[in-house]
Amino acid sequence: MNLTLKVWRQSGPDATGRIETYEARDIPSEASFLEMLDIVNTGIIESGGEPIHFDHDCREGICGACSLAINGVPHSKESGITTCQVHMRKFRDGDTIWIEPFRARSFPVLKDLMVDRSAFDRIIAAGGYIDVRTGSAPEANGIPIGKEDADAAFDAATCIGCGACVAACKNASAMLFTGAKAYHLNTLPQGLAEKDGRVLAMVRQMDAEGFGNCTNQYECEAVCPKEISADVISKLNRDYAAAALREAVAG
Amino acid sequence: MASNASSQSSPNGTLNSAVPDGPLATKWTDYKAHAKLINPANKRKYSVIVVGSGLAGGAAAATLSELGYQVKCFCYQDSPRRAHSIAAQGGINGAKNYQNDGDSVWRLFYDTIKGGDFRSREANVHRLAEISLQIIDQCVAQGVPFAREYGGALANRSFGGAQVSRTFYARGQTGQQLLLGCYQALEKEVAKGGVKMYSRTEMLDLVVVNGHAKGIVVRDLVTGEISSHAGDAVILATGGYGNVFFLSTNAMGCNVTAALRAHKRGAYFANPCYTQIHPTCIPVSGDYQSKLTLMSESLRNDGRIWVPKSREDAAKIRSGELMAKDIPEEARDYYLERKYPSFGNLAPRDISSRSAKEACDDGRGVAKTGLGVFLDFSDAIRRLGKDTIKARYGNLFQMYEKIAGEDPYETPMKIYPAVHYTMGGLWVDYNLMSNIPGLHVLGEANFSDHGANRLGASALMQGLADGYFVIPATLPTYLAGQKPGAVTTAAPEFQQVEDEVKGRIAQLMSVKGATPVDAFHRELGLLLWNQCGMARTEAGLKEALAEIPRIREKFWKDVRIPGDPDGVNMELEKAWRVADFIDFAEILCYDALTREESCGGHFREEHQFTDDDEDVRSGYTNPGEAKRHDERFCHVAAWEYKGPGVPPVLHKEPLDFEAVEPSVRSYK
Repeated sequence: MNLTLKVWRQSGPDATGRIETYEARDIPSEASFLEMLDIVNTGIIESGGEPIHFDHDCREGICGACSLAINGVPHSKESGITTCQVHMRKFRDGDTIWIEPFRARSFPVLKDLMVDRSAFDRIIAAGGYIDVRTGSAPEANGIPIGKEDADAAFDAATCIGCGACVAACKNASAMLFTGAKAYHLNTLPQGLAEKDGRVLAMVRQMDAEGFGNCTNQYECEAVCPKEISADVISKLNRDYAAAALREAVAG
Repeated sequence: MASNASSQSSPNGTLNSAVPDGPLATKWTDYKAHAKLINPANKRKYSVIVVGSGLAGGAAAATLSELGYQVKCFCYQDSPRRAHSIAAQGGINGAKNYQNDGDSVWRLFYDTIKGGDFRSREANVHRLAEISLQIIDQCVAQGVPFAREYGGALANRSFGGAQVSRTFYARGQTGQQLLLGCYQALEKEVAKGGVKMYSRTEMLDLVVVNGHAKGIVVRDLVTGEISSHAGDAVILATGGYGNVFFLSTNAMGCNVTAALRAHKRGAYFANPCYTQIHPTCIPVSGDYQSKLTLMSESLRNDGRIWVPKSREDAAKIRSGELMAKDIPEEARDYYLERKYPSFGNLAPRDISSRSAKEACDDGRGVAKTGLGVFLDFSDAIRRLGKDTIKARYGNLFQMYEKIAGEDPYETPMKIYPAVHYTMGGLWVDYNLMSNIPGLHVLGEANFSDHGANRLGASALMQGLADGYFVIPATLPTYLAGQKPGAVTTAAPEFQQVEDEVKGRIAQLMSVKGATPVDAFHRELGLLLWNQCGMARTEAGLKEALAEIPRIREKFWKDVRIPGDPDGVNMELEKAWRVADFIDFAEILCYDALTREESCGGHFREEHQFTDDDEDVRSGYTNPGEAKRHDERFCHVAAWEYKGPGVPPVLHKEPLDFEAVEPSVRSYK
């Protein structure tokens, strides 16, 4: 198949970006979206240009590196997949495809379609963990956890940290990302001891990184490749309110 | 106990593994009881460099920081959470015996030794089996959401090469959940100031000062800046070299650079020919393909592998005239169940892969290319219902459908073996220290625990054992003899290595040829897959060894790297890695050529059981199975680098089996 690509090119973090047009010729319909870009890049290199830079690594939907907005939608309009799982059989011969980075003030562009998502690491460092020293763990079956709780925690824990939720949100809010980790850890008995401190620290770090507020549009849920429910956001709001109240009362 | 002080070659050319004396079952306990310690107040004076942030590196960095050391951790990804451990699907073994099915530390030890085709070091494997218990405890305490029974207890499933259920799992995303637990522990230490994390930073060389590993030279992948980092010890946890084959289940960035650079600085590379070809991957569909996708081995719990009995039926499936469901039961060959009745579809990976190759070589493959076999869930769906199968494997089925465009609930998956894991790696002693004092190697990057074949759900176990529990106990054995901070980047060796790194980058940029990097990588990969893949011959390996220098020559004359090195340049990153893969490929082929036997993942066609063998006539094993030659090859082959184009020098570590008698591996 033959396609026209409209691609965001930006030579560095401080450079001005622009959309450039490329013709993608003879693309096999079995190829993945990123393999299509590989083919286009080979052509660009052979004709003396600089290839289109984009983040990618595992190419099987789990590492969270790939991060393209395809026709305006993070990871494409297909639900429940990452960019690397988009296949060309979903496009038609002759289509024009717009390819842009995940845009948010807290995700500065490094080059072309690559962005800096280290703000997510700092939110986790603020409290997205259970503080258990290696070697100090009790016997694994010592704390029974009902299957429903375990499954609910798992569903939230599937977040791959790709940032699609932020890129889809008009406010660039990171509430789905932050809420998912808080939900995972706060649902498990192991995580209860640090629950209040965790939500306060993570939410404050999120704000400090410049992510916006949630205004309940659910764009995040719609684009999440792991289909994490926006319920984690309401739970985060409740946990934060309770923790902030307890903090205020304790002075 | 034996001295842990030296792991240098002894005068007779054999290697000292520094395995403690005493009975196998108490070696590790005794070691820990007598190992050197470092006073808590002194630990913070020591700095440790950890390269890699996967299960082994992340666990080591987090735990060493908890203990009080100053840690610098490096990864090429944009976040430590994206290390390739994240892609492991099926599970992690732990000899908890929660199923009451007869499991024990001994049994996990034995299964691993046998699964490795009697080519691993007993003491390391026993330690691994012991630590497997603590790992499960640690991960649960971190909040890793393992699968559970309705009563709240942890669930298990079965994996290849074992007759007990000892695999803990988190749906098909076990690696992800374990890595996130590890990453969270790491970020906790970053916040506390014990770990300084360097993401998007790639190690390009090792710095050796007075014979000891004391630092690394790295490239900042965003600014292109080259810089040096010194430490009192260096830990490499940089994964395997599967991407030398170009197509593999590894992530695109996985590379051999750190290990190869250490090798060129004097570290021995052990058993590179032990490569694991995983039996259940989505088959190759075209030459545009950039990587292969694994379908977890856990699928073999409920999926049955088959091809048609007749070549005619197979040809009709390939041409689309017949579908899988049109082949009646009696015309199907469930070849693993037929050949290995006691293990059936859960035969170990090396054996399952070779059986798939045999069936396809016999003209009975079912994918369009002829290279594919069925993995069929229709029996399990009939027996357990679609919902149960969905709960067990839902995300894997979805992943298959996205890639292959077929619904595995309706029609069997098509699978074929693909390069997945590498058992070989840098040689290490019992302390996980290489022959360069101070250089420690963990996880897939070392050679230590899996022998010639790794069993499923054992990579996660080994990575975490090395990182959480082994290195924190063994590192003081080295550090106690070192004055903290004695070597800084002011040592002239750092400037010298930096200059060499910059020179090599300048050399790569100056080629200004016509061919993109990927073309060389594909050519190298195809050569290795054909000559050093699932089946190897003397003639083929010699051909590969003649061809690799030609690829290298073309690469250095004709590679095209656009842009400049001062900033993000992914083609430059790839070119550096591919240049190292080309050099590494020679060591891989030398090892495969000189190991004139078949064992585990290393299959030499000249060395297989035939109808003339007593073990075949007695029905103990089948013709075509791997034939070891213990009298000549019951050793670790550790290679010393001697310069470009010069054959490496072989050092041997004899493998002494005290607890287990090596036997012909049978899974019948």
